[in-house]
Amino acid sequence: MDSDLFEFACRMGDNTLVLGHRVSEWCGLAPVLEEDIALANTALDLIGQTQMWLGLAAQAEGKDRSADDLAMLRDVWDFRSVLLVEQPNGDFGQTMMRQFLFDAWHVAQLDALKTSSHQQVSDIASKSVKEAMYHVDRSADTVIALGDGSEESHARMQAALTLLWPYAGEVFEDDTVDQAMADKGIAPLPSTLRPAFDARVRDVMAQSTLQIPDTEFAHKGGKTGARHSEHLGHMLTQMQWLQRAYPQAQW
Amino acid sequence: MYAQMVKSEATAEDPDKLAAFQARIDAGEKIEPKDWMPQGYRKTLIRQIGQHAHSEIVGQLPEGNWITRAPTLERKAILLAKVQDEAGHGLYLYCAAETLGVSRDELTEMLLDGRMKYSSIFNYPTLTWADMGAVGWLVDGAAIMNQVPLQRTSFGPYSRAMIRVCKEESFHQRQGFDIMMKMASGTPAQKRMAQDALNRFWGPALMMFGPPDADSVHSSQSMAWKIKMNTNDELRQKFVDQTVPQAEYLGLTVPDDTVAWNDEKAGYDFAEPDWAEFYDVLNGNGPCNTERLAARNKAWDDGAWVRDGMMAHAEKKRARKMAAE
Ligand SMILES: [Fe+2]
Ligand SMILES: [Fe+2]
Ligand SMILES: [Fe+2]
Repeated sequence: MDSDLFEFACRMGDNTLVLGHRVSEWCGLAPVLEEDIALANTALDLIGQTQMWLGLAAQAEGKDRSADDLAMLRDVWDFRSVLLVEQPNGDFGQTMMRQFLFDAWHVAQLDALKTSSHQQVSDIASKSVKEAMYHVDRSADTVIALGDGSEESHARMQAALTLLWPYAGEVFEDDTVDQAMADKGIAPLPSTLRPAFDARVRDVMAQSTLQIPDTEFAHKGGKTGARHSEHLGHMLTQMQWLQRAYPQAQW
Repeated sequence: MYAQMVKSEATAEDPDKLAAFQARIDAGEKIEPKDWMPQGYRKTLIRQIGQHAHSEIVGQLPEGNWITRAPTLERKAILLAKVQDEAGHGLYLYCAAETLGVSRDELTEMLLDGRMKYSSIFNYPTLTWADMGAVGWLVDGAAIMNQVPLQRTSFGPYSRAMIRVCKEESFHQRQGFDIMMKMASGTPAQKRMAQDALNRFWGPALMMFGPPDADSVHSSQSMAWKIKMNTNDELRQKFVDQTVPQAEYLGLTVPDDTVAWNDEKAGYDFAEPDWAEFYDVLNGNGPCNTERLAARNKAWDDGAWVRDGMMAHAEKKRARKMAAE
């Protein structure tokens, strides 16, 4: 068992799983038809990426568990998603702000992973980065349009940014797993991605006429699994219900 | 079929023009948006295409009900892809309707305030995972029955929309049947879910084709105009003939004791669904009518600030560009 790689792949896959799930909650309920299509498409991309990352995690673990086992049969404390992606959808503005803050990190991360020393990591990243680039273009455009838009949309987007900003920093925290990944050339040290993220966020928020909160504070605990939000447990009760209620079944 | 009980409009126009129009249709020509067309043709098509589009949109809800509970990552991805397709179908169809001079927003408001309908089938609840199988197998299966012939409909934009839609629908039906196969050959509980889903969806699926021909007063004009390609009973028979052997293959029982092969007509005999229930659903008393419409209305109302914000931004951008020039 390669426990650092397992941990790393779970972090990647749990982020996309949890965010994909959140986005899929919008099904049929978006403000316009084009957004219904785009949100379903984003969720679909993220679930596809989850299959690859959790597949790699299962392989690194070497305990005969599948990607589905990891998604459907682990409890909250074994999840490694950051707190940002666990946050509820709120209104459409909050959903798109969460998406943008995630995408802005995700693109930087995947772009760096393309040159990973680990072949599978590099393959997954090369495939995923195209989707992530599309996601960030879309979420940035939406944040800009609604930030700059009407008085009400501006106020709602500012509220979303203020609410979510303290959750944006967790992905950049370095720990021993990250150090091990960096030492092996598998993944960049998270803190090194911050400048690219900050530059993109500053640019988009300037165009959106939104004020980035003046605080460096970041909630932590999701990425390490030490302390998730209360939201994750509720999500898992839905996501995992069939598998847990009918453990003998094949689907 | 997603268009049921579409009232076709009588037409009182210049008989020469009408005859020339009918001759074009009879010759298999496509009518395009800029061509002359009878008012009744236009109105009937708006109603039919609009109802079809609304059905795709409302149809997202019963399947969306299970996306967050899909049992595996692959099933979740497939269901997301399907629902994304359905929203896309709605988009093509609204675009086809717009060529007739009605906007998507106007059609939407008519859906939301109950002036326009969507297919009765989406007023039924999806209660177990097997319902995702039954919906794909039976509901998309019935939709295909109706939409394949509509690829040859006389109105060009509608015909082209149907060609795009049909390409995707067969994938929908296959994934549904695949879920049913897994369930029907699974644990006793899964098998029970599969049979229960068939029991609940059989009658409503038969109703998708609309009332019996004898009670279907609007058909003949629409058939002459090639807006409707087959009668309700023809399509229903075809559907039963296709579906009964599939149910047998699955080891499931169609909830109708009278189903039997009839050599003479080379098709199955079967019982009519409960038409009283059908009219109840049409009149707003289906199990989920209130919830479906409430969900669409809430989505529309909650999204108002987003649509307004987008418009305001587009307007500001335009003004800034003008000022810069
Ligand atoms: Fe469709
Ligand atoms: Fe459909
Ligand atoms: Fe479909």
